[in-house]
Amino acid sequence: MNVLTAARAQMEVSLAFHMVFAAVGIAMPILMLVAEDRAIRTGDPGARALSRRMARVTALLFAVGAVSGTALSFELSLLWPGFMRVAGPAIGPAFALEGDAFFLEAIFLGLYLYGHKKLSPRAHWWTGVPVAVSGLLSGAFVVAVNAWMQCPPEGTGVTAEGLVSPSPWAPFLSPAWVNMAVHSTLACTASVGFAVAGVAAAALRRGDTRPHHPHALRIGMGMAAVSALAQLVSGDFIAKMVARTQPVKLAAMEAHFETARGAAVVLGGVVDSAEGRVHHAVTVPKVLSVLAFGDPAAEVRGLNSFDRALWPNVNIVHIAFDVMVGCGSVMALVALVWGWFSWRGRGSGAALPRWVLSCIVWASPLGFVALEAGWIVTEAGRQPWVIQGLLRTRDAVTREPSAALTFWGFSLLYLGLGVAVVLLLRWFGRAEVSDHHGDAATEGELRDGHA
Amino acid sequence: MGTLEWVAVVLFVALAAYAVFAGADFGGGVLDLVARGPRREAQREAIAGAIGAVWEANHVWLIFVIVLLFSCFPAGSAVLSQALFVPFHLLLLGVILRGVSFVFRSYGPHRTVLLRRWGRLFGIASVASPVLLGVCLGAVSSGRVRVIDGAVLGAAAAVLSPLSVALGLFALAVCAYLAAVFLTVETEGTLADDFRRYALEIGGAVVALSGVVLALVGREAPHLWRGLTEGPGRAVVSLGAAAALASGGLLLTRRYRAARAATVVQVVSLLGGWAAAQWPFLVYPDVRADQTAAPQATLVAVLTTLIPAALLVVPSLALLFWVFKARPDRAR
Repeated sequence: MNVLTAARAQMEVSLAFHMVFAAVGIAMPILMLVAEDRAIRTGDPGARALSRRMARVTALLFAVGAVSGTALSFELSLLWPGFMRVAGPAIGPAFALEGDAFFLEAIFLGLYLYGHKKLSPRAHWWTGVPVAVSGLLSGAFVVAVNAWMQCPPEGTGVTAEGLVSPSPWAPFLSPAWVNMAVHSTLACTASVGFAVAGVAAAALRRGDTRPHHPHALRIGMGMAAVSALAQLVSGDFIAKMVARTQPVKLAAMEAHFETARGAAVVLGGVVDSAEGRVHHAVTVPKVLSVLAFGDPAAEVRGLNSFDRALWPNVNIVHIAFDVMVGCGSVMALVALVWGWFSWRGRGSGAALPRWVLSCIVWASPLGFVALEAGWIVTEAGRQPWVIQGLLRTRDAVTREPSAALTFWGFSLLYLGLGVAVVLLLRWFGRAEVSDHHGDAATEGELRDGHA
Repeated sequence: MGTLEWVAVVLFVALAAYAVFAGADFGGGVLDLVARGPRREAQREAIAGAIGAVWEANHVWLIFVIVLLFSCFPAGSAVLSQALFVPFHLLLLGVILRGVSFVFRSYGPHRTVLLRRWGRLFGIASVASPVLLGVCLGAVSSGRVRVIDGAVLGAAAAVLSPLSVALGLFALAVCAYLAAVFLTVETEGTLADDFRRYALEIGGAVVALSGVVLALVGREAPHLWRGLTEGPGRAVVSLGAAAALASGGLLLTRRYRAARAATVVQVVSLLGGWAAAQWPFLVYPDVRADQTAAPQATLVAVLTTLIPAALLVVPSLALLFWVFKARPDRAR
């Protein structure tokens, strides 16, 4: 394995792993606060149990996110010294702001998780608010860095002396920032909402009568449904932006080889980059022109009109894009179905039909699948550039030969951690929560349950 | 003071905060590993109680240090990341395993075998991390890392130099000492006596290791020796040595709060002496901070982002420590 491949693989593994926990850190505090607010206002034991369980899940997953995020902040320099030498000054302020937000998140999460014994219920709830707000902000700040890499604002350049930047606040001037921040935040809330609702739906389907499940289903699906539907609009904005700013990436996403007016959208299939064809795909005429430019007659540039050396790996980008869009569409559909049946059943307290619960269970991992696939599109689709049009990935990589070793080491580490987290979450699901308000979240309030 | 000096001050504050707060958390893990006697489980509970709510916030100082380094000294930090590729990766391994083993132990099933295994991992990772941090400080001061025509050479020799290894062990001892002293304040009765005893034993190790480190600095790193024995470095190091003796004396006479304050002064002064002696070099002798600094506009922008930090983060941190270290539990 050469150093470039190893470094890219280590970065991919580290990002893919961290992404899941980052999403939880962004979205779970919102659910936790909604549940606790309901518990305080109504005294409902189900809502209280849910808020306790969510606090535990957040505590566990946030810690994994914090340490894997630290690893990423080092790995940027360790694996890509050429990138950081150029980009450090431009992305520094955004990272520093992200650090501020993350600091607040960590401080108030400490207060929230361990403050039961020290604070009144409402004061305790308020310590969760900065956790949720700074979680959202830290995500938006760090996405600014990525937006800058995708789409550096006008006037940015790389010379022998280093970076030429129009402003030290360049990441926030990238035309991609707001679009990407909205898209990634919605991806986080949709993923976590579906995952939470899916766990509850699975429990309800097998007849588990513990009272926190209906709350989890409603709160989780509430957030998931709004996010999944809003994501359709956000996705459309992003597609039109990519069509303007990264036409090669768009062509790779759509496996679109020949420049054409009224271009057809290509769904699925196997890409043959050498031949410039897609086998076994479904094509729908004119749709690509509409998606990219809002005009069925618009011309969409194909891959063949670009230097082949500037193509990303078309197969990976196209498949990842279709996976993301496919998952997103299914989630939106399930959101509508859930919305319809909840609206019909409102007031009467009627349970959702079993098949709707099944849909939610099956859709529950799709948010995370779409999240990962979307980042593959974003990152693999930008290749061969690390900063679009300015710096190639191969010129940014470390020369350290032990990168192959660290890649395998970190992959094994994250595999092990992933297994441990899954086992712990399964145990959380089975265990009983003591309902005694006032226990610190850490003091062994979970006991092995018999459910 | 110019912009660059302000950045240096902020960098030092972040590093010192990390050393004191996260250092004590790592030290807690070390004590967890070496806890012995009939009250060892109670000692471990006290340690977990002391670090549970605060370790993640304390950990963020490290992220600040890294972000400041790469945004304000991009070329210097590129050299650091190549010279310290292996120790930084091992440090990450330590930081990751320390964090996850602590939460897995706190939140996972309370079965003896699991508690023991996660606890063991927590202790080992808490030992490894400060050793690696000390090794990294030693490596950049050792003069053995050279940058010639853009290539970074001599990294392995620098990391494995006697000075780096000794600094690693010294950092470990200091962290454990911090934790033991802090825990004398946060516990009562026989438990406080236990931590006092640990603190006095580890304090002996700190004194012995500081002698070894000084001898090696004199032999291997004459520039650092000059910085530590002349000018402002000398005053700061003398203050640190006096504070170290004072904290030992105060422990002996069981004045724990005063001992805690003296220990903080000790750690910050020793680190300050090193920083004063090392400045303006990031990596001695080829990488100077002033020659690898980012453009002025970036330095100003980064410092600007620290204003919201100062306004929001500092009071929030104060609240966190006040709630958990000073406020009694609510009556049920």
